[in-house]
Amino acid sequence: MLPSHPALPSCRTALLALALLAGLMGQARAATSAGASAPLSEQERALHVLNRLAYGPRPGDLEQVERMGVKRYIDEQLHPERIPLPEDLQASLAALPALQMTSMQVFNEYGPPSFKRDASKEEQQAARQRASRELPPQFHMARLLQATQSPRQLEEVMTEFWANHFNVFEGKEWVLYWVGDYEKSAIRPYALGNFRDLLGAVAHHPAMLYYLDNWLSSGTGTPGARGRFKGLNENYARELMELHTLGVDGGYQQADVITLARILSGWTIDVDAMKAGASPFRFVAQRHDDGPKVFLGKPLQASGYQEGEAALDILASHPSTARFISTQLVEYFVSDQPDPALVNKLAQKFLASHGDIRAVLQTLFDSPQFWARSNYQTQFKTPYQFVVSALRAGDIPVRNSKPVNGELGQFGMPLYGWLTPEGYKYSQAAWLNPGALLRRINFAGSLAGGKSPIARAEGAPAPSNAEAPPLDAQQLLRTLGPAITPQAAAQIDAAPANQRAGLILGSPDFMKR
Amino acid sequence: MNRRHFLRYLGAAGSGAILVPIGLSGCAVVPRGDQTISRASHAPGQVAYGSPAARAHAQGDGAPRMVVVFLRGAVDGLNVVVPHGDPLYYQARPTIAVAPPGQANGALDLTGYFGLHPALQPLMPYWESGQLAFVHASGSPDGSRSHFEAQDYMETGTPGQHNTRDGWLNRLMDYLPAEQSPLQAINVGSATPRIFSGHNVAANLQTGREAARPSMIDQPRWSQVFDPLYGGEDALGKAYRDGMAARKQLMAEINSQEQQMANNGAPLPNGLSMDTARLGRLMRHDPRIRLAFLAVGGWDTHAGQGNGTGKLAGGLAPLGTGLATLARELGPAFNDTVIVVMSEFGRTFRENGNGGTDHGHGNAMWLMGGNLRGGKIYGQWPGLNQTALNEGRDLAITTDFRAVLCALSERHMRISDQALEKIFPQYAAGSKGVPALFV
Repeated sequence: MLPSHPALPSCRTALLALALLAGLMGQARAATSAGASAPLSEQERALHVLNRLAYGPRPGDLEQVERMGVKRYIDEQLHPERIPLPEDLQASLAALPALQMTSMQVFNEYGPPSFKRDASKEEQQAARQRASRELPPQFHMARLLQATQSPRQLEEVMTEFWANHFNVFEGKEWVLYWVGDYEKSAIRPYALGNFRDLLGAVAHHPAMLYYLDNWLSSGTGTPGARGRFKGLNENYARELMELHTLGVDGGYQQADVITLARILSGWTIDVDAMKAGASPFRFVAQRHDDGPKVFLGKPLQASGYQEGEAALDILASHPSTARFISTQLVEYFVSDQPDPALVNKLAQKFLASHGDIRAVLQTLFDSPQFWARSNYQTQFKTPYQFVVSALRAGDIPVRNSKPVNGELGQFGMPLYGWLTPEGYKYSQAAWLNPGALLRRINFAGSLAGGKSPIARAEGAPAPSNAEAPPLDAQQLLRTLGPAITPQAAAQIDAAPANQRAGLILGSPDFMKR
Repeated sequence: MNRRHFLRYLGAAGSGAILVPIGLSGCAVVPRGDQTISRASHAPGQVAYGSPAARAHAQGDGAPRMVVVFLRGAVDGLNVVVPHGDPLYYQARPTIAVAPPGQANGALDLTGYFGLHPALQPLMPYWESGQLAFVHASGSPDGSRSHFEAQDYMETGTPGQHNTRDGWLNRLMDYLPAEQSPLQAINVGSATPRIFSGHNVAANLQTGREAARPSMIDQPRWSQVFDPLYGGEDALGKAYRDGMAARKQLMAEINSQEQQMANNGAPLPNGLSMDTARLGRLMRHDPRIRLAFLAVGGWDTHAGQGNGTGKLAGGLAPLGTGLATLARELGPAFNDTVIVVMSEFGRTFRENGNGGTDHGHGNAMWLMGGNLRGGKIYGQWPGLNQTALNEGRDLAITTDFRAVLCALSERHMRISDQALEKIFPQYAAGSKGVPALFV
């Protein structure tokens, strides 16, 4: 098959020779400076942890990590509770009222008054419109503020990782109300904790119960199965095994999907309890199938609600789960082509530590694969990683989440906006394509130009040139250090001064982490 | 005997799993187990359908094109092409069945046995003119009910086989004519779908209003400084250069067309139709564009699916309009185009207690095209009684989705037998049948 741009043969040969030459020169350069397998320098190590455990360096970060040493940085990041949150970040988060509310408070404050018998269609629609207008900007803002500004960067990275692993879609009716609390109370506190706790928190949260329909599911023929709660719903049970724990090859059958759905029948959302300000999770015994069950080859004691907890125990401690989670972690932190030896090592740690996420990550960060030069600056940033790292590198405050999320939407990765439960992919194959790359370059140019609406409050007028100067290219180069290779830096230097910052953020080097 | 002859032989002998039009009016549904094709192309009832055989081969510009529309989330094929002639359908779906033709929000009758979901009314003219067909009870032979695995298998064209690196549309690009263009294939959307992944490049058509807006990189002062930065032979350098080449062509096309649209005073439609209108116009004006892919999500109706109205209808209505828009905007190129709509699997035959359906098996593939032998429902209808259902719960599959794709690739896209074996490895070599889908 011909390449997509066949040139005349002579021309092609010449191009090929040039390319070959450039390749050789590149190799020669690498050999003289670092060598293809030479260990990373201290500065490169600092960049590496800032790119993988964090969303890239902010001004001064590189120097700081170099000073303290990557070992201490990693240790600190693994214990976010020891890192104080800056006061201005706390103040910004506190200024988002919906973020302070529990699931039931949001539901009562913003929820459609459908549970009020006398609510008209118009009232319901008005409530829904208000929620759609007011809630997403606050929840998006909370995520973006923390991702760009929190010094607890690994906590941010892992919060995103797990929120994606346990994806919910804000566009599915009631999930809109709960996605903020879902991340805040079911994901974030467990991001570096224990996997079983995380799994349990997700399983009980109304956002997940609603998103994958388990709240509707009832055991077939059970006394409480009536009206819309009449039948068994397999949706959550299937994705719980396929996507949350065992993985699609994890060794379960259709019969296990049905059994798990029966086990979880009666796990629901209690709207009346929410109206009274109580927890939305409820186990309704009258809708639970209490017949005999065999799950993953094991007979299960009929024990009502406890069956669900037992099933979660089985799934959380299953070797398939250990392997599946470990593979995803290696894909996120190391390479699109996970080294089976590293996956095995992590899976063993996962099992031995009973799902201690911190211990698994420590093993990952201690591994030679994590530090291999062949894995350094090789991962293609997802749109989210690209946007957040650009905001950090340019030290650009997010004052308005809408243009950021709008841009993420154009990139195909809006916040809480993936429809289906598998979440976004992290691979280069998914995100690197011609159209998307040009879009990134355009984003970089507009951001570097200083007049992006991101940095001004909603409705504020566009600033003048004097009020919003373009980003300082020299400062960007200092911030990013070895991320921008000397060859690229030289090419950037040759461009007109007012285009250099855009070139840096739009460069191939900045697309990688 | 070469394969084509062999297939003809198979057809003549009336054996094998040749696709059979089913549910023709005045013609009984082919019962399960009946492998004869005597009713296929010579059935007396056939001419009743828009008389496709009598319709002259309509002229386009001669460059064959294919548009693949993927419905992610497993659309309920039994409510798209509704077997309203079978009481078992109504028994199994007390609240979500689409009512029989003639009733409120009832199905639009197609064959007397099958009907179309009423939300797909915009497609009825294509059925009537013999340019729309369905292959019912089709799908992937792999039994996975995982969305993501099943989609992967359909997009790689290798059911049951993990780790196929490229998608079948990308492999098909290997065999398109050598008149190379960065716009040979178009993906509508931002991320690269599995079906287009591989060593050939598909250009991206942004969705929504953004697509036509001139951007920074279109200005020479910016491209001049970015060009050297992306001069490398790595994946990023290649993507950049492909992107710039496609962008130039795309912008020239889009601007001239949208300018024309504006001059005519016609507003751009919204949502999916906006994208399909743009895609259709691009393909009409540039015959080098041979392939396009478009994914539409939101079909995973586990609860509150609705019947003739409701959630599923709410998804089908814009889809039907979007497809009709695509066909219309293709203009004469519609005669060189086949649009295939597919989904990863079907849904359970019976509705669940939540007025929805769970993950099932067989589904209907939709085909639209100017020169299609449409107005027919192809395939072998397995029936809906308990013993006919797959695992006692889902519509069974009687046509492998690759049989349909092979037929389109071979008969329409003019892909050779040898190439088909590369595009659909493990299948095409021993291909079970090619339906006579085209005039």
